[in-house]
Amino acid sequence: MREKLEQIRLEAINAFQQTKEASGLEAMRVKYLGKKGELTAVLKQMGTLSAEERPVMGQLANEVRAALTSALAKQQKLIEAAALDARLKEETLDVTIPGKRPELGHKHPMSIVLDEVKDVFIGMGFEVAEGPEIELADYNFTRLNTPEGHPAREWSDTFYLKEDSSLLLRTQTSPMQIRVMENRTPPIRMIAPGRVYRKDEVDATHSPMFHQIEGLVVDKGITMADLKGTLNEVICALYGKETKTRFRPHHFPFTEPSCEVDMQCHACGGKGCRVCKGEGWIEVLGAGMVHPKVLEGCGIDTDLYSGFAFGIGVERLVLRRFSITDMRLIFENDVRFLSQF
Amino acid sequence: MILSRKWLNEFVDGVSLDEIHDRDFAEAMTISGSKVEVTRDLGAEIKNVVVGRVLAMERHPDSDHMWTCQIDTGKGAPVQIVTGAQNVKTGDLVPVALDDSWLPGGVHITAGLLRGVASNGMLCSLKELGLTAHDFPYAIEDGIFILQEPCKPGDNIVPVIGCDDHTVEFEITPNRPDCLSVIGLAREASATFRKPLRLHEPVVKGSGGSVMDLLDVEITDPVLCPRYTARMVRNVKIAPSPEWMREHLRASGVRPINNIVDITNYVMLEYGQPMHAFDFSCVKGGKLIVRTAREGEVIQTLDGNDRQLTPSMLCICDTEKPVAVAGVMGGANSEIVGDTAMVVFESANFNGVSIRRTATALGMRTDASGRYEKGLDPMNTYLGVQRACELVEQLGCGEVLDGIVDVIAADKAPVTVKLEPDKINALLGTDIPEADMRVMLEWLGFTLDGSTILVPSWRSDVEHYSDIAEEIARMYGYGKIPVTLMRGLTTQGGLTEHQKAENHCGVLCRSMGYSEIMTYSFISPSYYDKIRLSADSTLRKSITILNPLGEDTSIMRTTAIPSMLEILARNYSYRNPAAQLYEMATVYRPVPGSDLADERVVLTLGAYGDEADFFTLKGALEAILGGMNVKNVTFTAKSDLPTFHPGRCAEIGVGGTTLGILGQVHPLTADNYGMGCPVYAAQLDFSALLDLRAPEALYQALPRFPSVTRDIAVVCDHAIPVATLEDCIARGAQGLLKEVKLFDIYTGLPIPAGKKSVAFSLKLRADDRTLTDTEADADVKSVLALLEKELGAVLR
Repeated sequence: MREKLEQIRLEAINAFQQTKEASGLEAMRVKYLGKKGELTAVLKQMGTLSAEERPVMGQLANEVRAALTSALAKQQKLIEAAALDARLKEETLDVTIPGKRPELGHKHPMSIVLDEVKDVFIGMGFEVAEGPEIELADYNFTRLNTPEGHPAREWSDTFYLKEDSSLLLRTQTSPMQIRVMENRTPPIRMIAPGRVYRKDEVDATHSPMFHQIEGLVVDKGITMADLKGTLNEVICALYGKETKTRFRPHHFPFTEPSCEVDMQCHACGGKGCRVCKGEGWIEVLGAGMVHPKVLEGCGIDTDLYSGFAFGIGVERLVLRRFSITDMRLIFENDVRFLSQF
Repeated sequence: MILSRKWLNEFVDGVSLDEIHDRDFAEAMTISGSKVEVTRDLGAEIKNVVVGRVLAMERHPDSDHMWTCQIDTGKGAPVQIVTGAQNVKTGDLVPVALDDSWLPGGVHITAGLLRGVASNGMLCSLKELGLTAHDFPYAIEDGIFILQEPCKPGDNIVPVIGCDDHTVEFEITPNRPDCLSVIGLAREASATFRKPLRLHEPVVKGSGGSVMDLLDVEITDPVLCPRYTARMVRNVKIAPSPEWMREHLRASGVRPINNIVDITNYVMLEYGQPMHAFDFSCVKGGKLIVRTAREGEVIQTLDGNDRQLTPSMLCICDTEKPVAVAGVMGGANSEIVGDTAMVVFESANFNGVSIRRTATALGMRTDASGRYEKGLDPMNTYLGVQRACELVEQLGCGEVLDGIVDVIAADKAPVTVKLEPDKINALLGTDIPEADMRVMLEWLGFTLDGSTILVPSWRSDVEHYSDIAEEIARMYGYGKIPVTLMRGLTTQGGLTEHQKAENHCGVLCRSMGYSEIMTYSFISPSYYDKIRLSADSTLRKSITILNPLGEDTSIMRTTAIPSMLEILARNYSYRNPAAQLYEMATVYRPVPGSDLADERVVLTLGAYGDEADFFTLKGALEAILGGMNVKNVTFTAKSDLPTFHPGRCAEIGVGGTTLGILGQVHPLTADNYGMGCPVYAAQLDFSALLDLRAPEALYQALPRFPSVTRDIAVVCDHAIPVATLEDCIARGAQGLLKEVKLFDIYTGLPIPAGKKSVAFSLKLRADDRTLTDTEADADVKSVLALLEKELGAVLR
């Protein structure tokens, strides 16, 4: 019997190791370890043994069973691992096939630039105000120190909605200065982006509707040096830290002193080129100290308060930012254009 | 304003071309407030062209019209040049373009053979030098320019023809009409470079007689004409003006005509004071009346056009008729012509707004009107007329009568401003000493009496301490003002809730694959027909622009659907296969009793292309609304909007409030836009959408017990909407139903015609226990009962 058991041990372990299929292994388990298996068959003969031999053989039989069970489990693991390997190999993908990508929509370049500028100002404590595009001439002109008879008020330049010229499409975002000062007490730090309208025929550089960003700061002790500091920060935030600026005198009816702000041409570094029309500088915005008449007209005490204001033309920023050569593209909304941004 | 730097030298020392180069001049002037657009070297294009004397001429052996000339060019042997011109004689001085020379327009001249004869250059005509007979009236246009200028062989031609000048073109802001003159800019240059200004008082000798005996001037409206000054000249000899005058005019962009006309232009450029010269013999009654035109009056202006005048237009008239449109253009009836013997020089001051409106109405902006419309200095009329008469005597083109007619109808008191150095430094953020401020102001022509600043008459833009601050700032240099950051209270900046929501909505739209567009706020009234808006729709009540650029942009839109369709159609016509677009558009609706409009933001979505269909757009919209936290959105079939397909259009609402509309665009509407494919569009009122947002969600405990799913399919009338079935299911359940999900709609056999099978998946759950099948089945049974009872929908 001992020989028989040893033989089963050898034979079975060998058989297990030879089996490469899960189903085959199960058959082997039944053959050797099943109820009608070979080991069981041997054990059934235990009754024929003597009392001395029985415990010895019993122990041996248990050893053989344990060895067989362990070998079976080991082989089972090997087979499973091989099967997994085979499956993974089977599942190999061509990872260079394009993904199933949901098509995202695109932000209009105008919005991209507007949002950038807003972010810069919000970071400096400015709020973003909005106001009517259909505006009273009083707010758009008179209260901005632009009295009746001023050329900007001509019907050839401004869209009017009433025969008596009292209602118009705002020609600038500057009336927002008045609207904000009327409703608020200083300190005021606001920008007001929005659409404005002028009677310009459509061409590569003109549009009867375009966008401006108005800015206004009113507080105690605001100086022209603050205007320079603030606008320098903004221009550096938009165009890079190293951007050089130039403030030069200009004229706006509602600021005094007034200035225009140029930045050094990025294309030629100030030497003069086609981009800057040989000047070495590119005009970025207009600004100035709020005219005391304007402040007083809004009930602000000019002995206590002063302020500065500025206006930025957004279309030009957009054209320059993305090297767009024709303003008409902005309002044409061709998807081949929009999808570039 | 174009400034000749040679002319400038007559008024300021130390700013000549040799001393200050164009680039430095332009930079300094720009920084001090006179923006330079461009500088030009008038002789830059002419190189290696000299004066030559014709020593000998002989016929070209091989041509019947060409000449072979030997030219003395001032050095070495004579140069042989062949010319085809016939006006050259031996001994003439001529411009000679030598071998390897350059002429205006980039013309390069080199030595060569002309029909076998060597020609080592070219003799030049006026045109080849960029000139006309207006510049050199003694020369002919079609021939070689025979020089009569003082010059000798070998001289560089550039100074000989007066092209050794540089010009500076300024962009003058409208508040500084005084800078539209050589003297005005000289004053700025003098202050900028701190070089003394040299002005001289014009001196007129006179020749006896008296203008008072001959001419009377009457001003009827002192507002429209505050001052009118005139002098007269007799025995006028019309001739070309001298070269120096022609050169200055030419450099300034004005064409020389004759001495009298040139003098008026010269004075206008030099002093900024427009002048006009009349033929006195055409002034009837010896009287000039400055009055507004009478209804029906007509004048033929110097340009030969008949001008219909209206009673708002100011005119210079004799006792019978208008002889000039004041400040705009003279009349042909009093034009200076060859036999004019007696001339009236007018130097007047007119109201800027009136001149501008007259010039605009007549469609003729002239140099004079362009200056007048900015508001000129009334004190300048006297200097102007004196300078003109001084030039008349200097040029010897007539005898100036004694006496000046000078009618001052409205006198302007001099303006004074207090010098407040502390206030100015506080405004600028600077620390400029008072003494420096005084010096700066004096350089600019202000006079100081203690702390009172007397503003010169030509600076009508200065009336306030802030104006003085600007003068100080620009003289000090904007660049030298320190750069500081604002002190004081900090402010809480940021976006409003509405602005944040708009941004968020944009993100959602783009994540759904829709791209942002920007369209004009104004549209054509015909666009309402194009979208087939019903005739009585309130949306047709738009705010109208009274002076639009064109009909297409003449009303403010009340709906943004036409803008969206316009853009979709444009993309379609560009053969873009698909488009999915959105816009945060403002619409403008009239508010009764108010001037201001109701300006509100609407969200429009639009799509066409292979992937576009009703449910794709609806799904995107549902996702966007979900992302905006708008819940319980209902879609109700809407068949009466002509813009949309009657069977594929839904009104979007929340709890009884209408939010907008969604649908397939009616094929006839699409047709109006030239689109031959299905088009989908939606428009939502963005403010309403924001108001309907659900309150911020609070955490709800996750279910602790499993749910049970039951699928049912019911057969019902085809016309019953899914939403109605869903509503019925929700009401039919006994409190365990948590979710209803449509998963199939089927028509066709074996379902009878006119019926459909609709399948739902119901999810049931109790919060406090695991449901038994019996409980779930009871709820489903109850649902089925109500479906059958209310809608005749039976379990399939």
